[in-house]
Amino acid sequence: MSSKDGVSRTLITALALCLVCSIIVSAAAVLLKPAQEANKTLDRKRNILAAAGMLDESKTIDEQFAQISARVVDLRTGKFSDDVDPEEYNQKKAAKDPAQSLDLTAEQDSAKIGRRENYAVVYLLESAPEQFEKIILPVRGYGLWSTLHGFVALEADGNTIAGLGFYEHGETPGLGGEVDNPRWKSLWPGKQVYRDGSVEIGLIKGAVNPQGDDALWQVDGLSGATLTSTGITNLVQFWLGEDGFQEFLNNLKSGEV
Amino acid sequence: MTSTKETLLTPIFKENPIALQILGVCSALAVTSSLQVTMVMCIALTLVTAFSSFFIAAIRNQIPGSIRIIVQMIIIASLVIVVDQVLKAVAYGISKQLSVFVGLIITNCIVMGRAEAFAMKNPPIPSFIDGIGNGLGYSVVLLSVAVVRELFGSGKLFGFEILPLVTEGGWYVPNGLLLLPPSAFFLIGMFIWVLRSAKTEQVEQPDFTMAKHTAIEEGI
Repeated sequence: MSSKDGVSRTLITALALCLVCSIIVSAAAVLLKPAQEANKTLDRKRNILAAAGMLDESKTIDEQFAQISARVVDLRTGKFSDDVDPEEYNQKKAAKDPAQSLDLTAEQDSAKIGRRENYAVVYLLESAPEQFEKIILPVRGYGLWSTLHGFVALEADGNTIAGLGFYEHGETPGLGGEVDNPRWKSLWPGKQVYRDGSVEIGLIKGAVNPQGDDALWQVDGLSGATLTSTGITNLVQFWLGEDGFQEFLNNLKSGEV
Repeated sequence: MTSTKETLLTPIFKENPIALQILGVCSALAVTSSLQVTMVMCIALTLVTAFSSFFIAAIRNQIPGSIRIIVQMIIIASLVIVVDQVLKAVAYGISKQLSVFVGLIITNCIVMGRAEAFAMKNPPIPSFIDGIGNGLGYSVVLLSVAVVRELFGSGKLFGFEILPLVTEGGWYVPNGLLLLPPSAFFLIGMFIWVLRSAKTEQVEQPDFTMAKHTAIEEGI
């Protein structure tokens, strides 16, 4: 047996290699973090715009985002709140903090998110002060493998969908990952959310019959991705329902925000 | 010792990792529906193969035999993470499209195969060139598959319209199958068929031959 195969040499080689490799990996992660964060923010803004159906490739994202204002909504009362600053507020963190979120019962928690934060940041496209053209709401929920994070945009009536998009998910590429498919996303605009005061919108198995009575409240399911499709139905219904933004949308309609 | 040129060029056609050794096919199916994404994937894989072979060859005399596979994996995994981080920082859109497949370079059989078969027995520079050569061999197959898939599947090359689609007022009816992963199987199969028809020495000898069916004769 040569010296390099001894027990101590094996341990030393393994340790030294791990040390060198971990330094390289962490250096790369730390040095590239600012650029990655900038990309992520830009991507988030782009997704907000894309969900609202107003993404214009000829202008820069920041330029287009100037028309949109971020406001904080208190989900317990359904009214705007100034308690937290939308720029500083970390919604993801708040959702995990028992002091800032509501523990959902199994019955309430159709989107399987565990806790719902008390405050949510919404994005509003205003044509004039307090004249909302589009309302962009953050949504999230569990699909097959991962929590899908995205936005639903509604028209001024708070009932017609203007667009939907996800900016972060880990669903199977080619199956559940088709939530990113522009053709599928283009099925959403024009659909209605509420029917007689309750949330009706959802994905169905197969294609929607355009002549059907329920066509306005139905969207084609994703083929080969039943669990992702169910997850999307659940998360849209949760966030537009009683524990989500329904009260806020009602208040917005009656002008009581 | 073979010459540098031979080390570089042999893996492209003569001993192509995908066509002859049928390695690394999984990522070839997944990322070839658009040429731009394929290009980035090929560059990433070529760099990882080359540099991992280089570093493994550089310390090949220090690697204890009992943990050599783990050592190779650590070097490959570190390089892949670095590549993934760089992609996220400079080409966020493409890295989102490639999603898990950059990470899966770690388990790509070509990288491991070259580390074990070549880099463990050769000095760093030839190993580096062998890595580049195998990366290029992988790239040749992937890029030709991607050209066919993107051109006939969506009428575009690098996102530029070549064949105007019927849905956009043109004349070309796209072949939807080509956008789905199984089409890459057919294309790679055809690539291997063409290559083996031209270079008959690549055709594998059957492992066994079927014995004659005797039951019928017994019946008579």
